[in-house]
Amino acid sequence: MQHFLQQLGHSGIDFFQRLGRAHILLGHILSGVPSMFTRIPLVIQQIYSVGVLSLLIILVSGLFVGMVLGLQGYNTLVDFGAEEALGVMVSLSLVRELGPVVAALLFAGRAGSALTAEIGLMKATEQLSAMEMMAIDPIRRVLTPRFLAGFIALPLLAAIFSAVGIIGGHFVGVGLLGVDDGAYWSQMQATVDLYDDIMNGVIKSVVFGVVVTWIAVFEGYDSIPTSEGVSRATTRTVVHSSLAVLGLDFILTAIMF
Amino acid sequence: MNTRKTEILVGLFMAVGLAALFMLAMKVSNLNIYSSDAGYEIVANFDDISGLKVKSPVTMAGVRIGRVSDISFDSQTFEAVVKIRIESEYDALPKDTSASIYTAGLLGEKYIGLEPGGDEENLKNNDKLKLTQSSLVLEKLISRFVDKFVDSDDSKN
Repeated sequence: MQHFLQQLGHSGIDFFQRLGRAHILLGHILSGVPSMFTRIPLVIQQIYSVGVLSLLIILVSGLFVGMVLGLQGYNTLVDFGAEEALGVMVSLSLVRELGPVVAALLFAGRAGSALTAEIGLMKATEQLSAMEMMAIDPIRRVLTPRFLAGFIALPLLAAIFSAVGIIGGHFVGVGLLGVDDGAYWSQMQATVDLYDDIMNGVIKSVVFGVVVTWIAVFEGYDSIPTSEGVSRATTRTVVHSSLAVLGLDFILTAIMF
Repeated sequence: MNTRKTEILVGLFMAVGLAALFMLAMKVSNLNIYSSDAGYEIVANFDDISGLKVKSPVTMAGVRIGRVSDISFDSQTFEAVVKIRIESEYDALPKDTSASIYTAGLLGEKYIGLEPGGDEENLKNNDKLKLTQSSLVLEKLISRFVDKFVDSDDSKN
């Protein structure tokens, strides 16, 4: 019993210590942001590896999510004779929820885990210490460009996801199931609001981008520098950032809509 | 991976992302039919507006010429005060235009239909519409119908 309580206290203290370290690291990363304006090539390199390389999975899953929404939405709406509202259903669910959330989950799996593994291995092979020996701040040199890249890439990926999904829904609804083309777009345009829906979706994906890359970068930097430690850190990145995205999504939705 | 290729691909990625955002803004949202601050505002008081919302369409002859911009309650007259923003290109509405609340479709949303009058003068910013007709509430309609039915039954006996 005493042992159990000890364990509980230990893990509690551990949790708060990690939380504190994560916030100190975030402050350190952000302090390096101004210097990035003179080192844009570093950021571009990272946008390539987190953004461009995630493009394929985002395009394919966006298309299929949109097609599934078109099919399911049609089957439900046709019972009420309201299949003209298919465009509204597809676009609102993509722009408000699925675009930012699914893109962030895929991003955590595709780019977040890679970031953690890369930084963890840099730490395990003592590349970060070597930088410090050369009087280069590894946080500003390695972590800040990756953080900025995630912050820039995820909103764009989420927008691409939503746009491709709407086209996929159009393909199934209008192309295969015979919903009227004009009704699909005009009902969508009459209902979706630029500020309430699209801007809030973009804000969501910006928040998710910050959180997912923050977790990924922190887990990598904080990992135990062994192969087991890096593999655990990578797993934690995916699990924690997925949970954070879903939890934050609820809070953001409650605030926004 | 040479830098040039990376830069081109990142440039393409940014362009595609921004194009997707642009498409969402122009093609999906109501940006092109909702101009926020242009136009002028008129006020109409209704006894009952149930179902009307801010941003509900305002039409004349079936064409959307504006939107409801604000709804409030007048505690003196117990009426709903509806502010209507008319787009600036429709600036020649007669002063005695009347407003009624209609429903689009059986379960559809409420909208305001404007009927032009014959006045020579035109409506200006913050003018008040004098003739208004309230929203039809289904329950009231049914209860009136039932009352009539019961009355006519009574008179037979």
